[in-house]
Amino acid sequence: MKFRTHDGGRIDRKELLPFTFDGRTYQGYRGDTLASALLANGVQLIGRSFKYHRPRGIFSAGAEEPNALVTVGRDSARITPNLRATQVELYRNLNAHSQNRWPSLEFDVGRINDVLSRFFPAGFYYKTFMWPRGAWKLVYEPLIRRAAGLGKAPTLPDPDRYAQRYAHCDVLVVGAGPAGIAAALTAANAGARVILCDEQCEFGGSLLSDPAVSIEGKNSAEWLESAVARLKENAQVTLLPRTTAFGYFPHNLIGLNERLTDHMDVAPDHLPRERLWQVRARHVLLATGALERPLIFPGNDKPGVMLAGAAHTYLHRYGVRVGSKAVIITCDDDAYQTALDLKAAGVEIAAIADVRSSIEGPLAAAARGAGIPISAQSTVLSTRGDSHVTGVTLGVQNGSAAEHRHLDCDVLLMSGGYTPSVHLFSQSRGKLDWSDALKSFVPGRSAEAERSAGACRGIYGLGQVLADGAHAAAQALELDLPPNSFEVDALERRHDSFLGALPGGSSRQKSFVDWQHDVTTRDIALATREGFHSIEHVKRYTTTGMATDQGKTSNLNAMAIVAEALHRPIPQVGLTTFRMPYTPVSFGSFAGVSRKELFDPIRTTPMHAWAQAQGALFENVGLWKRAHYFPRGGENMHAAVARECRAVRDSVGMFDASTLGKIEVVGPDAAEFMNRLYINNWSNLAVGRTRYGILLREDGFVYDDGVVARLAADRFHVTTTTGGAPRVLALMEDYRQTEWPQLKVWLTSTTEQWAVIAVQGPNARKVIEPLIEGIDITAKAFPHMSVGRGKILSSPLLLFRVSFSGELGFEINVPSDHGLEVWEAVYAAGAAFGITPYGTEAMHVLRAEKGYIIVGQETDGTATPDDAGLSWAIGKNKTDFVGLRSLQRPAMKRADRKQLVGLKPKDGRSVLDEGAQVCERPAQRPPMQLIGHVTSSYAASTVGFPIALAMIAGGRARVGATLYVSQPTGDVEVEVSSPVFYDPEGVRVNG
Amino acid sequence: MLLIPCPYCGERPELEFTHGGEAHLIRPNPPARADDETWTAFLYMRENLKGVYAERWRHARGCGQFFNALRDTTTDHFVAVYKRGEPRPP
Repeated sequence: MKFRTHDGGRIDRKELLPFTFDGRTYQGYRGDTLASALLANGVQLIGRSFKYHRPRGIFSAGAEEPNALVTVGRDSARITPNLRATQVELYRNLNAHSQNRWPSLEFDVGRINDVLSRFFPAGFYYKTFMWPRGAWKLVYEPLIRRAAGLGKAPTLPDPDRYAQRYAHCDVLVVGAGPAGIAAALTAANAGARVILCDEQCEFGGSLLSDPAVSIEGKNSAEWLESAVARLKENAQVTLLPRTTAFGYFPHNLIGLNERLTDHMDVAPDHLPRERLWQVRARHVLLATGALERPLIFPGNDKPGVMLAGAAHTYLHRYGVRVGSKAVIITCDDDAYQTALDLKAAGVEIAAIADVRSSIEGPLAAAARGAGIPISAQSTVLSTRGDSHVTGVTLGVQNGSAAEHRHLDCDVLLMSGGYTPSVHLFSQSRGKLDWSDALKSFVPGRSAEAERSAGACRGIYGLGQVLADGAHAAAQALELDLPPNSFEVDALERRHDSFLGALPGGSSRQKSFVDWQHDVTTRDIALATREGFHSIEHVKRYTTTGMATDQGKTSNLNAMAIVAEALHRPIPQVGLTTFRMPYTPVSFGSFAGVSRKELFDPIRTTPMHAWAQAQGALFENVGLWKRAHYFPRGGENMHAAVARECRAVRDSVGMFDASTLGKIEVVGPDAAEFMNRLYINNWSNLAVGRTRYGILLREDGFVYDDGVVARLAADRFHVTTTTGGAPRVLALMEDYRQTEWPQLKVWLTSTTEQWAVIAVQGPNARKVIEPLIEGIDITAKAFPHMSVGRGKILSSPLLLFRVSFSGELGFEINVPSDHGLEVWEAVYAAGAAFGITPYGTEAMHVLRAEKGYIIVGQETDGTATPDDAGLSWAIGKNKTDFVGLRSLQRPAMKRADRKQLVGLKPKDGRSVLDEGAQVCERPAQRPPMQLIGHVTSSYAASTVGFPIALAMIAGGRARVGATLYVSQPTGDVEVEVSSPVFYDPEGVRVNG
Repeated sequence: MLLIPCPYCGERPELEFTHGGEAHLIRPNPPARADDETWTAFLYMRENLKGVYAERWRHARGCGQFFNALRDTTTDHFVAVYKRGEPRPP
């Protein structure tokens, strides 16, 4: 490890860790990041850029990294692409790969894009891939897709476990740098429940790499250790390292992503890989720090060009020299400390080029004293080197060519000052203010119970930052302000910042603004020339700030360049929206345990296991699993459904109808409530009788239907469609609570209390008669639409005589616990008649032959009862029910409304597509005149030919007419008929 | 996710609630006497304003009660919650 210092840093030099990068083995130490370990080994070329495939190295030491993206994986199922090498903790035998290069990182064919770059300006996609139109799908898109993207996603399912947790606290502190720690200490001392999280593996932020300062008489590392120890001792404090606050949601809900095992040599089985925290905090204290701002000059993207603060971190935290000869270009005093420390570690400092015109203060004096050449009012004109920076040409701002200086170096460090990290503040919908002094946006008015503290609100200087953190916590908790106990000993530093491109960059080299998306100053200038003046438009046209780093290092500079081009002040150009997540969060973390069988709840009926054992195939209806059909001996669906239908028509079938929604409406005003809600008249429904009920919305359109039974004068048993049960109950509750609170009525969902066995067919009575006690079910005593109470086996029984098949039918309702036992008894009793279990598909065919609608299939939220052929159900002389007034609006009475009809294919065999459009004339050219659509269509049918139901404009007046249905194979000629295809007189239900 | 102060149960997460649209809509009574314009306004016309909005919520996965709330649509902050039938607070 050629670039490792002899001592120092927070790495464990006793534990040597082998790892590989692009197949080559290197060594690092416990405590390294992948980036620091690669730098220690002198590896500077880490990846290729997105668009031009230019060589790129390590740029930063943290979350803002735009360049050093790698793929890391323990095995083929655990591959994570696009990780920032600066945030990947090193573990034993870590495998990492570079991305976006072919065939190798050193020789990449895609580099041709760089040579041809004048053909790829901003908006290149929009300008180039316009025509011919057909080429997009076949040529351009496949090509672009192959060239686009960075790393490759794994192809195997994720084998890891992800956990989720909810938490509440008085104070959530985001960021455990000096401000965050001071805030957490203050809040914890006041007895508050505190959660302190930080994205890094260790708490401390800038203190982890700042040995030149001391706090309360201790050096920074010792103070940090004792402060963290004090927090750890406090049972009210939860410390979450390796935890990124990625999103700020309304009412102080913060999303945290905790990574538990990614840093371990071997991930233990008992730990989840990641944990998603949803923290609801009374107060949020943001102590998210600031990011160093890069400078923009020609050739600023070569490996070896790096943020000065990153070099500082690599030296002090990881014991790594980022090079052997450095040039520093800066406008902030912190880089002087970096220069001094690097020099002390044996790095030659060729020059400090300061952008500012005056250089003063103790740090500059110290640098001068150390013999480092310093120049004011400097700029960078160009850099040398291809896969690595080898030199730089410095100039004087507005100076002559005579003042150019060519310097050799192997690392070029830059600092444009700091940009406060206002990401979470902005996500909370707080208002950002522009600060001319800081050349940054800083938090203004808060929208939530939230405070920013320290560098994230533009307060720099350790002493002030610590005090600000304590102050923020005290304010949040309304404590008496503690005296500032944080005495800090550090050299005074002057903090300045620079925005936009450095002057003098007329070189032929590109000046990068957004490193990750390869956006240059020229691209942004071009976008403004082409008329993109809103920053949101410039962003999308040039794609600046739209890479996975979301422009952490580039957005402000891009904005300044736009402002300059348009001669507008920066606040008028505006800032693009900050969106979550702050850094990418894995899908596994969001999914948590909601995978496979836990993805969605499943509802099954009491007879589910029986149907499974019979080999039924199931379909999903809402959350329910319903038996779709029961194939026998290799039957396909068509054959099985035809057999099941025939059994019902000829003898008897049985059907599990348990999923029907059931609501009990009870109380002295139950009948009045039903009258006001449903279109039917309920006052004249006798106890022991049932009626087909229809429910509308207030706008007059059909909402639900179902059989309603009157069990007692004050008790109705209302059935609903399978999917409609929750919304019908919600609608009922709405009217009960808010419209008619004076009605004495109570609503109870009983869907899951009853198992329902439909026994349908001419032999239905013969099958169940011997099993039933207490009800005379002869045709005379128990006619169609009756309901009665009795017993079946040992079970209480609610028996309906109803039919959704058009045959003689009964629905046996028993408490769910008895469902299976009664089902099996009915099945056994029916054996003599060849009783056949049938599924939802046969049920659909049988009801369609009778023209019975299914709400949501024939109706689509725009059908009135009359449209669906149900106006007969409207109670005569009713003055009000939900939807009645709407039915009297002119549009509801038009003769050309779509109405329910049947369709018969004239060829006697074509099966129409459900959803197919219906026309008056065949073979029309677009725009065709469409007069309706097919709602249900079935091949298997007792009537001898395929049937369809359709909603057709003025349909009932067209019965007998010929229409055409548009099919992929051409138009099919159909005859309009009544929707009732079978037993139109309706005699069979009375059998 | 909003934190909604149910007047019956206290603060609960939004997941437990369903939104019930604008509050204080008067259903013409009897509907038959409302002209088409009045009825259409009742059906479809809503304030959809920017600022403090009176809306209905139901604590559907809690106490089941409907109640009214004043929410600032620009900040999502609840200004007040009150039981159904109670007048809108000033």
